[in-house]
Amino acid sequence: MANYSTNEFKSGLKIMLDGDPWAVVENEFVKPGKGQAFNRVKVRNLRTNRVLERTFKSGDTVEGADVVDVELQYLYNDGEYWHFMDPQSYEQLTADAAVVGDIAKWLKEEAICQVTLWNGVPLSVAAPNFVVMTIVETDPGVRGDTSGGGGKPATLETGAVVRVPLFVQNGEVIKVDTRTGEYVSRVKE
Amino acid sequence: MASPAWRPSADLATLRLRAELLQRIRAFFAARGVLEVETPVLSAAAVTQPHLASFATPYSGPGSRHGQTLYLHTSPEFPMKRLLAAGSGCIYQMARVFRDGEAGRRHNPEFTLLEWYRVGFDADRLMDEVTELVTALLAGRLTLEEPERLSYRELFQRHLDLDPHRTSVAELAAGAARHGIPIPPGMPADDADPWLDLLLTQGIEPYLGQGRLTFIHDYPASQAALARLRPGDPPVGERFELYLSGLELANGFHELGDADEQRRRFEAENVARRARGLPVMPLDESLLDALAAGLPDCAGVALGFDRLVMLAAGKDAIQEVMAFPLERA
Repeated sequence: MANYSTNEFKSGLKIMLDGDPWAVVENEFVKPGKGQAFNRVKVRNLRTNRVLERTFKSGDTVEGADVVDVELQYLYNDGEYWHFMDPQSYEQLTADAAVVGDIAKWLKEEAICQVTLWNGVPLSVAAPNFVVMTIVETDPGVRGDTSGGGGKPATLETGAVVRVPLFVQNGEVIKVDTRTGEYVSRVKE
Repeated sequence: MASPAWRPSADLATLRLRAELLQRIRAFFAARGVLEVETPVLSAAAVTQPHLASFATPYSGPGSRHGQTLYLHTSPEFPMKRLLAAGSGCIYQMARVFRDGEAGRRHNPEFTLLEWYRVGFDADRLMDEVTELVTALLAGRLTLEEPERLSYRELFQRHLDLDPHRTSVAELAAGAARHGIPIPPGMPADDADPWLDLLLTQGIEPYLGQGRLTFIHDYPASQAALARLRPGDPPVGERFELYLSGLELANGFHELGDADEQRRRFEAENVARRARGLPVMPLDESLLDALAAGLPDCAGVALGFDRLVMLAAGKDAIQEVMAFPLERA
C-alpha cells in the first residue's frame, strides 16, 4: 500500500495506525510561527468505530490501509459464518459475527449489501437502507383500526422484530428502514 | 465552501472591513511619524530557520546569464533592518509574504504581514504600542479586558506545571501524556524545542488571549530567533508573542544587532537544516554587513494582518477573510 504524507490527509482517507485500519475524519494544520508544524487529526477505527485524536509532525508519512467498499450478494448463514458472493466474479467471502454485528437481522438471502474489505477480507457489512420482508408472526390486529398509533410487534423472516400498525397481518410483506428499524409500508406481492 | 470556485471565499462586507483596517493602520503610523516602506519580495538570500520554508523561483534575464534562484521572502525583516542601519528611522510595511507548506484554517501560504520597527524601543515599549494598535482596531468589535503579560516560563508553569527552561525531554513527554496530549511518532529525544512547540500548540494556545491580549515574553534562548539574549540564569531571548482568542497574532524582538552573533545563528540553523535533509539557504550577507555597520537599538514586530481581520470580522477560518486563498488562487 502507498504511504501518505500528512499533506494528503483529508476526510475519508484510510490509513494504518497500530495495526488497525482507520479513516481520517478531520485534519487540522497547527504551527507556531517560528516552530514545529503539526497535524492534529481525528480518526475513526474502521473495525470498532471508535474515534480518537492523533498528532503527527507535518510532512511525516503514514502507511495507507487497503480498504475498499464492494457490493456483494448475501448467500446464507451456516450457523457460524455469513457467506457472501461477488456477483461479477462469483468469488465467495465469509464474515463472522464480529464483522456482521447487529445488521445480521436485516440480511435476507440474495440481498445485495455493501461490504467493506480490508486486505481483501470483510471488515464490516452495511445493510441496504430498506429491506422488504415477510411477517412470520404477529398477533391478529383489531379490524378497522387504521390509526397506526401504538402498533404491535411483528417477527420477520430473518428473526428481526419491528413494530407494525395493528392492521398489518401475519404473512404480509412489509418494507422496513434498517437505519431506524422502523416499519415503512406494506408491499403488494 | 459552497460558492463556485471563481467567486471570492470572503464576503464583500469582510473585504470592505479589510480595506478599512488597512487605512486605519496607515493612519495610525502616519500620526506617529513612522515611515511606510517597500522592500523586495524576491531576494537572492533567504531565511535559514528550519521551520520556515521559502518558495524559490528561477530568474533569467539581464544580469543573470545562466539563471539565478530567487526566494520569495517569508517576512520583510532583513531588508527593513538594512534600511534601519542606513538611517531610515522608524519604519513599517504592509508586506505580502510567502511560506511554503503552510495551509489550514489559520494558514495560507501567501498572507499579509504588518511589520514595524521602532528605534529606541525595547520589547516592553513595543508591546505597549502593539496593544494600542490592536485595541484601537478591534474597538467596538471585541470587548477586551486589560492585557496580560506572562513570561514563557510562567506560561508553562501556570498551564502545565512544567519549567520550560529546566525540564528534560523525558519529563516534557511525561507532561504531555499527563495532560492528555497525543504524542506524534518520531519526536526527537535530544531536542526540547519540538516538545515545547507541541505542548504550547496543543496544551496552552487554545486557552490564550481569552477576552484579552496575552503577551508571552522571555523565550528560551534556543527560540530567540533574531532577538537579543538577556544574560541571566538561564539567559532568555528578548522575544515576545501576542495571542488573542487562541490565535497567534504577532511576534516581536528586541532586535539583535551583533553581526557576529547573527552569523553564528544563521550558520547553526543551516547545520540544523542539513541534518534534517532540508536545503541549506544562502545567508543574507547584506543584512550581516548592515548589522556590522551598525543597527540602531530598536525593537520590531510582525503582525498577521489576515488573522487580525478574522478576529475583527468574527470569522473562524483565514479563507473567510481573503478574496482568493490557495484553493481559489
